[in-house]
Amino acid sequence: MGDNQKQNYLTHPKGLMSWLLTLDHKRIGLMYLVSGVIFFLIGGLIALGMRLELAAPGNDFISNETYNNMYTLHGAIMIFLFIIPAIPGALGNILLPLMLGAKDVAFPRLNLASFYLYSLGAVFAVYTIISGGVDTGWTFYTPYSTQSTSNVIPMTIGVFIIGFSSILTGLNFIATVHKMRIPGLTWYKLPLFVWALYGTSLVQITATPVIAITMVLLMLERFLGIGIFDPALGGDPVLYQHFFWFYSHPAVYIMILPAFGIISEIIPVHSRKKIWGYKFIAYSTLSIAFIGFLVWGHHMFTSGQSVFSQIVFSFITYFVGIPTGVKIFSWILTMYKGQVSFTPPMLYALSFLFLFTIGGLTGIFLGAVALDIHLHDSYFVVAHFHYVMQGGTIVAFLGGLHHWWPKSFGKMYNHTIANICAVGVFLGFNGTFFPQFLLGLRGMPRRYATYDSQFVELHSYSSFWSGILGLSIFFAFINLVWSLRKSNTDDPGTNPWGAMTLEWTHTTSPPHPHNFEKDPILEHGPYDYDKVIVEPTYKK
Amino acid sequence: MSNDKSSPKFLQHHFHDVNQQYETAKLGMWAFILTEVLTFGGLFVAYVVFRSWYPEMFVGANLLLDVNKGLLNTIVLITSSLTMALAIWAIQKKNKKLSLIMLVATFIFAFIFLVIKYLEYSHKFEVGQLPGEYYSYMGPEIAHINNPHIFFSIYFIMTGLHGLHVAIGMGLIAWLIYSTAKGNLNSDYYTPMEMVGIFWHLVDLIWIYLFPLFYLI
Amino acid sequence: MDTLREYFFPKQVSTFAADIDNLFFFIFYSSVVLFAIVVFGMIYLSVKYRLKKDDDIKLTSSKDHSNILEALFFIIPLILVSITFVWGIKSYLKMVIVPDDAIEIKVTGQSWFWTFDYPDGGSTLNELVVPSNTPIKIVLSSKDVLHSFFIPVMRSKMDALPNRYNVMWFDAAQEGVYDIFCTEYCGTGHSQMGAKVVVMKPEQYRTWASELGADDESIPLDELGAKLYTKKACNTCHTLDGTALVGPSYLQTSQMWGKERIFDDGSSTIIDDNYIRSSILEPQTQIVAGYQGVMPTYQGLLNDRELDALIAFLKSLEVDSEI
Repeated sequence: MGDNQKQNYLTHPKGLMSWLLTLDHKRIGLMYLVSGVIFFLIGGLIALGMRLELAAPGNDFISNETYNNMYTLHGAIMIFLFIIPAIPGALGNILLPLMLGAKDVAFPRLNLASFYLYSLGAVFAVYTIISGGVDTGWTFYTPYSTQSTSNVIPMTIGVFIIGFSSILTGLNFIATVHKMRIPGLTWYKLPLFVWALYGTSLVQITATPVIAITMVLLMLERFLGIGIFDPALGGDPVLYQHFFWFYSHPAVYIMILPAFGIISEIIPVHSRKKIWGYKFIAYSTLSIAFIGFLVWGHHMFTSGQSVFSQIVFSFITYFVGIPTGVKIFSWILTMYKGQVSFTPPMLYALSFLFLFTIGGLTGIFLGAVALDIHLHDSYFVVAHFHYVMQGGTIVAFLGGLHHWWPKSFGKMYNHTIANICAVGVFLGFNGTFFPQFLLGLRGMPRRYATYDSQFVELHSYSSFWSGILGLSIFFAFINLVWSLRKSNTDDPGTNPWGAMTLEWTHTTSPPHPHNFEKDPILEHGPYDYDKVIVEPTYKK
Repeated sequence: MSNDKSSPKFLQHHFHDVNQQYETAKLGMWAFILTEVLTFGGLFVAYVVFRSWYPEMFVGANLLLDVNKGLLNTIVLITSSLTMALAIWAIQKKNKKLSLIMLVATFIFAFIFLVIKYLEYSHKFEVGQLPGEYYSYMGPEIAHINNPHIFFSIYFIMTGLHGLHVAIGMGLIAWLIYSTAKGNLNSDYYTPMEMVGIFWHLVDLIWIYLFPLFYLI
Repeated sequence: MDTLREYFFPKQVSTFAADIDNLFFFIFYSSVVLFAIVVFGMIYLSVKYRLKKDDDIKLTSSKDHSNILEALFFIIPLILVSITFVWGIKSYLKMVIVPDDAIEIKVTGQSWFWTFDYPDGGSTLNELVVPSNTPIKIVLSSKDVLHSFFIPVMRSKMDALPNRYNVMWFDAAQEGVYDIFCTEYCGTGHSQMGAKVVVMKPEQYRTWASELGADDESIPLDELGAKLYTKKACNTCHTLDGTALVGPSYLQTSQMWGKERIFDDGSSTIIDDNYIRSSILEPQTQIVAGYQGVMPTYQGLLNDRELDALIAFLKSLEVDSEI
């Protein structure tokens, strides 16, 4: 029992106010985790409702209007209230200072402010849901969004506020990574999760202001008819699309780079092997972050933009795929001559490699302009982005949760159940979304509440497997939370996986409120499995 | 380390030393400035796009703006940047009184800026030169122009957002005045003043772009 | 290969469909190979180098780098995407450069139906009629919000914008009736905004086009109404045999003539000429209980005589219910 039952960040300081006014990055991370997961589950339930309705053509349970509200809220909640804030906000907050040997992030009060801004934005989103919803799609395209009678303004206010949360977190992390490392921890000795968070933060602070101003302009267009996006008032709806996607394309890199970082941590640890191509992975993170700003027009291939624009955007889009491919091969080769354990984090990581590769490759199809004409706004796109965002980010997030759970809580979960759920997620996910590629190829458009009967077979498979996916995710979370019960005596120790980064080697599980008793001294690199043996403190 | 008697009151517990804290604050502030540049940048893009689509409208409508007031505001703001810089210089030189005078001067200049802006805005409200669907002015200068409401929409959004930043800056400067008067800011520790100074110079710089784009060309 | 193509894609009707499908298959087979390498590599390495139950933990290999492999990871995908990019653009240019001898048809999208205006006059709703083996230039715009005009078998799609014209073209090599879908979310009726494209032989098209503008002044009102029932696409949502679809059946409305109809807000009115007229011109003001309010207005699309004709036709159904 000993050490981890003594002072740790969960038990000290005590009291509700000590949580609400905390400056401890680990507590803030935990609050992000709980809120994020709640919204993830809400967004997921909405999706299951949608899939239930789509199992058969026609309006079986819900009207068009309700369906349209559901798909909009599903997208907005998942993207703005979970995926974008959650990995940096939850795992990033808990781990970044620990990985750097720091006592906290650079600006702890700003960190708390970020969390409260996120909560305030979430309040607006919840208000939108309970007051009739919004049906414009998470993309809020004009002129429909300027004219729709649904609750566009509260939702856009929510997005605007959450944008600030995102910016401040990014700012905080950049300053932390630059200035709060212990001596000897040079850039090339940093864990790759830190590189990932750093790249993400750069994108966050440069891209998010643009969506903020876009939302403001949209609101003003609705309130005042300023005439910027609505052709009836002299504006241009395609200009809106340019503004929107200038942020929203880099946003998808905000969503995936932290996930890449998680995979870069899990695979070396659970293969007990030095990561392959450390520098490549680090540089590719930065190049993806940069190139990601130059490709937004590939969301607009059928909007009527000039042929020149089409060519340029298609060309640059292909460049973004190459560094990503390098990463996938590097992760796989990491296992070469390692000692691989099929733990839950590792299963999620392998699942990620499979699913994200499909997601990434299907992006290649969409980047070819002539082919995209056929596939744009069809279910092919829906399948593509679910493969990268869910098969990619969320699977990596689940892997990260399972990897760092014992560190964060000092408890170990049941591996067998966790592994079964991981397999369930993998199978359920493929069953749900692979048929959707076919649906798209055959011409099924997206955002349809009802559809022509020619598409029913594939939709019914997709709906069936969505149930398996939902159940697996649900039980994976239950299994994790169940491990927190008092009667769980399965003690993981400070370093259950025998890992080498500072959060594992120099902190208790759960960590002390101030992270380290004294400043850690760097003894080896983050992945030096060829030089040092660190004994795992947990044997199954 | 933060229990060490020799560490200053203003050193936060998660920093090792004063220098680390200072360097971190500076980095954070500059990163924030970058985000502001991108926010206004988006609006500048909107300006450029609409100007290229409706060049006569922009050239015609801007005749309705009061160049004198705009110029006066420019001078006011540049001077306020000077007083801000002087406030920092003064506190470095341990001259608390001068620093306070300079801060108050900066505050007053900012206030004058907003007053002039208020005069401009209220005149426009009176004659109906308003954004979007509230636009109603049909004077002879722009009789030949289509969609003048777009010019005013962009004008109000950009100068309005800028004005909001001036107001926020005033709040920050007021806080600096309070802190300096109390002695919390002094020659050993004036980081907040420097950071607000950086913000204030940005606010000034943005106006230096806005003024010619709206009033002169 | 052909069966796979038929499994994946709708028919190849337009002249550039085959090229686009081939581009797809190039990317597809390259992807399958790359994917197989990834999956095989991952399974092989994780299994071969797995930590077995009785194994001790030991120091593992320092190998983390290989110039050759890294160069390959970079160069091979680069070559594949370069081919894809060039092919994509070349095919796209063919789709964007409209042949000089194209027939121009104006397509207007509005919530939630499509109107087609033909070069020699006349228009149709929700049914685009084109001659085969002739380039067709579609000039596209919207009356209200964004829509997108998609014909899967032509592999052709373009957004319909208000206050702007977008152009797309295709040349249909095969006769038949095919789907058109709206692929840009436009509100409640988005999923019902489908239409059909009818490709007919050029001689048949010429006959059809000449009849399109034919004078309907002389035929009796109820006969004209019967023609308009299909021509103006009323049949997509209203049946004549009593079955309720998206909207109430004309037969049912006819049988309830003179009686009360209840609306979704609890109000009601007697079914008469005035009610029918307002339900066509202002359908959103009184939504029949049990139905969704997705009917678009026909304001401007029917002249007075045509309105009278539809009313007459509707009334005649009750009397003569075997149309």
